[in-house]
Amino acid sequence: MIHVLVNMSPAQKNNNWQPSAAISELQNRATTINGIRAFFAERNVLEVETPLMCRTSVTDPFIESIPAHYQAHPEQKPQQCYLQTSPEYAMKRLLAAGSGSIFQICKAFRQGEIGHHHNPEFTMLEWYRTDFNHLQLMDEVDALLQRLLQTSPADKISYQSLFQTKLGINIHEATLKTLQQCAVAHGINVQEEITDCDTWLTLLLTHCIEPELGMDRPCFIYNFPASQAALARINHGTPPTAARFEVYYQGMELANGFHELQSADEQRERFEKNNLAREALKLKTMPIDQLFLSGLAAGLPDCSGVALGVDRLVMLASHTRCD
Amino acid sequence: MSSFGMNEIRGGVKLIIDGDPCVVVDNIYVKPGKGQAFNRLRYRNLKNGRVIERTYKSGESIQGADVVEVDAQYLYGDGNEWHFMVTETYEQFAVHETEMADAKLWLKEQCECKLTLWNGAPILIVPPTFVVLAIVETDPGLKGDTAGSGGKPAKLESGAVVRVPLFIQNGELIKVDTRTGEYVSRAKE
Repeated sequence: MIHVLVNMSPAQKNNNWQPSAAISELQNRATTINGIRAFFAERNVLEVETPLMCRTSVTDPFIESIPAHYQAHPEQKPQQCYLQTSPEYAMKRLLAAGSGSIFQICKAFRQGEIGHHHNPEFTMLEWYRTDFNHLQLMDEVDALLQRLLQTSPADKISYQSLFQTKLGINIHEATLKTLQQCAVAHGINVQEEITDCDTWLTLLLTHCIEPELGMDRPCFIYNFPASQAALARINHGTPPTAARFEVYYQGMELANGFHELQSADEQRERFEKNNLAREALKLKTMPIDQLFLSGLAAGLPDCSGVALGVDRLVMLASHTRCD
Repeated sequence: MSSFGMNEIRGGVKLIIDGDPCVVVDNIYVKPGKGQAFNRLRYRNLKNGRVIERTYKSGESIQGADVVEVDAQYLYGDGNEWHFMVTETYEQFAVHETEMADAKLWLKEQCECKLTLWNGAPILIVPPTFVVLAIVETDPGLKGDTAGSGGKPAKLESGAVVRVPLFIQNGELIKVDTRTGEYVSRAKE
């Protein structure tokens, strides 16, 4: 990553004040970000800013928020706040309030996420298009990548076809045992016991498929298993799938998008289910964002949204990979 | 020894895995935007040299291993044990056959080795990459054979048997690569 890390880089331990990004990298970054703004200006998408520190955050059992403590007064009991892991809920409130299509470039924070392609603080581009379904939004993401990375038009493959083609697995019929056997056959040796199909699917995707995905041109995976819907609506077919997509380029996940769920009731159920999953994993449950649910209840317009990692985009744009 | 969280583990860190001391080759953090975080850890078992890859949940931690590598001189063997002296501290260690493994085939008194100590006890001996040893037993060679046609076996003063070109004679010194056990060249002391 090209960031200056907070309290984490070995360079800082050695009291090396020099930023880890070369100045030429910063110029390259600015070019990419200017390109993003120009792309949305042409399309009349409004740039917005939403709070980075809020009283609530995500309930997703696999995303941890970094806590922040706010005091209105030095004597006051600190108020528990969280640095946002994505601007999704706040932006959806703007949509419910009638903003129309919007985009944002902001920092996002995730506890404990550090590695070759992860930093606990990173830059996210998130945008929402009213009256778009996820397939239309995929086309727009493709257009942005073609503009910024000079890529060829992307490949698009459903989650089901991807697993069928790459691993010979029918995800809708596969049992826990089938998935486990497939993982073992591909040399995946897991220390802990895994008791749910989605975790095996994720492991197969990250270990066996992702490293070679989208090498020549970006590759979109769409229509995820309904059990991995997150904040996407469900396509009611047989079997039902989630109206969700991800984009990979040169073996790296770049973006995740949804045809957004509009039902406040269903959203509340998913949040509550998340908190139950958190309890089962012995994680702290998270307060549910009631303002977001009220916004949904008031009426989120039909829209699709996507979040894209800007640092990874910049890495690809400058052809610098740090692994 | 303290334990390490998965995200603190970098290449070179020494850990105890399945009861054996290991050194980390690399550790890749795998975390989809939506989905569980894992670490793909590759490590070498210091006892048998095998490299293994294993996937851990990112919340896990692994016990660190008190492992150090020191320079040591081989002193002598008494038939049961091989005796070494650490160059820096003059501390002496007796090493058993199991830990010696193939290293015993290449040792001549006073040769400089790398000794790996786990909790203060030797677990691995690495001889110098190249050693010069005298041939104590080989069939008479053919004069004029320089290209080598598969060669012939030759027993060295340390006990190892290596293949040498046919022109090599009894009593000659040769240089051997201890990683492969292959003849490199003739040598002078």
